[in-house]
Amino acid sequence: MTKIDTSRPETVLPTPSHTVGPFYGHALPFPGGGDIAPLGHPDTIALQGHVYDGEGNPLPDAFLELWGADPEGNLPQVDGSMRRDSSSGGFLGRNGVEFTGWGRIQTDAGGHWSARTLRPGARGHSAPYLSVCVFARGLLVHLFTRIYLPDDEAALASDPLLTRVDPARRDTLIATRGELGTYRFDIRLQGEGETVFLEFQ
Amino acid sequence: MTLTQADIDQEIAAEHAAYEKRIADGAPVEHQPRRDYAPYRSSVLRHPKQPPVAIDVSKDPELVELVSPAFGERDITEIDNDLTRQHNGEPIGERITVSGRLLDRDGRPVRGQLVEIWQANSAGRYAHQREQHDAPLDPNFTGVGRTLTDDSGFYRFTTVQPGPYPWRQHVNAWRPAHIHFSLFGSAFTQRLVTQMYFPSDPLFPYDPIIQSVTDDAARQRLVATYDHSLSVPEFSMGYHWDIVLDGPHATWIEEGR
Ligand SMILES: [Fe+3]
Repeated sequence: MTKIDTSRPETVLPTPSHTVGPFYGHALPFPGGGDIAPLGHPDTIALQGHVYDGEGNPLPDAFLELWGADPEGNLPQVDGSMRRDSSSGGFLGRNGVEFTGWGRIQTDAGGHWSARTLRPGARGHSAPYLSVCVFARGLLVHLFTRIYLPDDEAALASDPLLTRVDPARRDTLIATRGELGTYRFDIRLQGEGETVFLEFQ
Repeated sequence: MTLTQADIDQEIAAEHAAYEKRIADGAPVEHQPRRDYAPYRSSVLRHPKQPPVAIDVSKDPELVELVSPAFGERDITEIDNDLTRQHNGEPIGERITVSGRLLDRDGRPVRGQLVEIWQANSAGRYAHQREQHDAPLDPNFTGVGRTLTDDSGFYRFTTVQPGPYPWRQHVNAWRPAHIHFSLFGSAFTQRLVTQMYFPSDPLFPYDPIIQSVTDDAARQRLVATYDHSLSVPEFSMGYHWDIVLDGPHATWIEEGR
């Protein structure tokens, strides 16, 4: 029965999750999905990495969603991430000026992803981070993790999540400095070096 | 060794029995599938083995995950929720109208949020490059739709009934007809990707993906209800499917919206 009677709270139960499957590529990704930073913004950061399975093989059919605050720590409530062209029905891309804070990036055939966004500012008790949601064929429920940036050791040392996680696994949540000033963040779904994934309660 | 439907049937039955036993022993109802549901083989190397680290959202209202990205009229076009009008000609198949409400756990509507769908055509073929099933493509059907929920949380799509399709996990593996849904709530913690099924599909018992939801009542919540009042005279058959987003959210963020 899938007409929910909201006057009976005991019947308002969650809709189960399902895998995104292999055939979302013509539906969910959109051009410029990872170009989250407005053009020429001085606080732009570039992020890139791979997504690996339990045997260390890259996932060619995963996608990530990134969601983060602007450099002042404010979360935008601006639409226009996937602006559409009402004449052709195609995608226009972002307008290059407004920051929506959200992007969607598919891994390529080699399991690699990349994005450009604004350096997030701190909010609440946390060190600055980007929220990440991982989807793939084989994942019956998506996975949440976070990308912390390596630059501010003091902020990382007092972050409520980082101080709680197993020290041996803490570094899976922190990007590393890579080539040309980009940040590298690999996601390992299973096994050695398994990324710390999060559950919100 | 070739993997047969009988092998998968046995594994599904074993998982179901294990769940029934957990419930009998006092474990809580599982509304969500387990990520390590082996009858769905793609999960075997892709599920974390470490338990997730729990975050109590009540400790910090400023968590990034307690806010959702915003979408608006710029992100959709007027005909995006009518999958039968995206090409010059009419797609082949039975036209259907699919509508329902997007709700949170408190039964409150999620307003103005993005709903994305994708599906196979009426022959069971996706308009996707890597799709190997040799059923015909339909030049008048892409199978992709988007809409925003209205002030009561309602979404509505016009499309054609998708066909079931084989997927090669094991010999004679067929997916029941379904429409994929992607949903955003009022908090990023409520993010959901799922699939909607059609009533009384004979393939349900054989499909390890729908059976990954081992709780019988939870699995039923993935199946739309035929709704004659949604059927459009001389045009389409109506299906009603309400969606309830899981995951904690900060109620104070929504006030005044
Ligand atoms: Fe599918």
